[in-house]
Amino acid sequence: MKISKDAVRHVAELARLEFKEDELERFSEQLGNILEYMEKLNEIDTASIEPTFHVLGLSTPLREDVVKPWLSLDEALENAPEKEEGFFTVPKFIED
Amino acid sequence: MEYEAVIGLEVHAQLLTDSKIFCSCSTKFGGKPNTQVCPICLGMPGVLPVLNKKALEYAIRAALAANCEVSPKSRFARKNYFYPDLPKGYQISQYEEPLSTDGRLEIKSNGSNKRIRIKRIHLEEDAGKLIHEYSQNWSYVDLNRAGVPLIEIVSEPDISSSDDAVTYLKKLRSILMYIGVCDGNMEEGSLRCDANVSVRPKGSKDLGTKAEVKNVNSFKFVQKALEYEIRRQISVLESGGRVLQETRLFDSNQGVTFSMRSKEEAHDYRYFPDPDLLPVFVDGKWVEEIRESLPELPDVRLERFIKEYELPPYDAEILTASKEVAEYFEECLKHYDKPKTVSNWIMTDVLRELKGEEEGIKTFPVTPERLTELIKLIDDGTISGKIAKDVFSEMVSTKKGAGEIVSQKGIKQISDQAEIEIIISQVIEKNQDEASRYRAGQEKLIGFFVGEVMKATQGKANPKLVNETLRKKLKET
Repeated sequence: MKISKDAVRHVAELARLEFKEDELERFSEQLGNILEYMEKLNEIDTASIEPTFHVLGLSTPLREDVVKPWLSLDEALENAPEKEEGFFTVPKFIED
Repeated sequence: MEYEAVIGLEVHAQLLTDSKIFCSCSTKFGGKPNTQVCPICLGMPGVLPVLNKKALEYAIRAALAANCEVSPKSRFARKNYFYPDLPKGYQISQYEEPLSTDGRLEIKSNGSNKRIRIKRIHLEEDAGKLIHEYSQNWSYVDLNRAGVPLIEIVSEPDISSSDDAVTYLKKLRSILMYIGVCDGNMEEGSLRCDANVSVRPKGSKDLGTKAEVKNVNSFKFVQKALEYEIRRQISVLESGGRVLQETRLFDSNQGVTFSMRSKEEAHDYRYFPDPDLLPVFVDGKWVEEIRESLPELPDVRLERFIKEYELPPYDAEILTASKEVAEYFEECLKHYDKPKTVSNWIMTDVLRELKGEEEGIKTFPVTPERLTELIKLIDDGTISGKIAKDVFSEMVSTKKGAGEIVSQKGIKQISDQAEIEIIISQVIEKNQDEASRYRAGQEKLIGFFVGEVMKATQGKANPKLVNETLRKKLKET
């Protein structure tokens, strides 16, 4: 099974990844193989089984609604590649 | 051809919690940028979200108030897209298995009741805020809002006009404020509205292609944006064109919607269950406890006001539209027992002073006690109804009580028969000509005389007494 190069290109675009032509070729083959392997699951009849998203039968833990400060402004911005006057800054991306 | 609009609304309401939905950062509005953030809402690697119990409780409250079924089990999902206001690259929302489904609200449409079905109410986190105006080449990102708890309330496409859309929105806002889960502040973005709009030939069963009009943030703009969008789609169809499925934004300055063509926009969110969050099991007992704790909702209160206080439906509707106004009204009745009189004062004078900010009634200088004190001064003849209006304005600006203002300004009504008779004699003396014309049958001149007496007393004379005495005196001479 092979998935189309267009499909690979689409998924790559959604993930903001850029690939060369030969990479697209390779990935369409490899991703196809992975999906084919997953197809094995379809050999089992799961019609009456609830999908397992979690193996624990637990409900999500809840926290009380209490404010606890954690980071200072400097710490929050510490790893930002671009910042200005307390803001993260990013290249402008809207068209005026 | 005649067309009809088909509208569904998606309303995002910010829940009134102190901390964010999955971390303990403050949700306070207006803080210094990026000072209410932590590794969790900044999307740092290795952190885990933990659901805020109050956010869940408030979402259930809203679901119950909107007559939804609360699911015993729901799940969070990741909505994946890249945008600089979304640090993780996905928004935690609910997709399959939302918290609640199948609700409804009743609205008044052209005088009759109309049911708007609610498809679902689910929990999700808000994104950050982007500021584009600070620089030519850079956008500024403030992530204080990232992770603030929201509920999304999705209606079925049961709305067919911009008027109904606004009525539904007002009703929804009123309910959310009644149950105390949202402050309803549209200016600060606590309540935001996206509209899915399509048009079709009237009577047709098929749906037309819809456009989504995003982020319209006041009732007035919702009205205008929808009116424009409906007109636009009809004219596209009439000129033989096709409506495109797209996202449009509303330009409030020009009153038009325009296509949002952003190259960053991807409409493939690849939702999947968030592996960091376990399913939410909601205990039926807890749901019942929350249901028990719900206050009287606007519809029920409206009916009660009509029955219990014998108010006209129009009055009851205005008084119950806001929880605060309804409470103010009932507080007044503890001090004074003529509901319609109180209603008149609230609907005209009090609401005019509040200028559409009904919640401001809580800090309004004319408290229920003071308003009823003023009304009692009219009843016992201390001041006239007309003077009372001036005293009311004075009470608003000086924050003083009615009695105090009346005695300070010496505007106590003149109800003394002898005093009024003297003034009337003087007025008749000065206007002999008019007096003889009155006696000759021009009875309309009574108004002129009343006016003169009022002028002479700076409006302080008891109008009823003036009228009676004038008629008597004019006949005498």
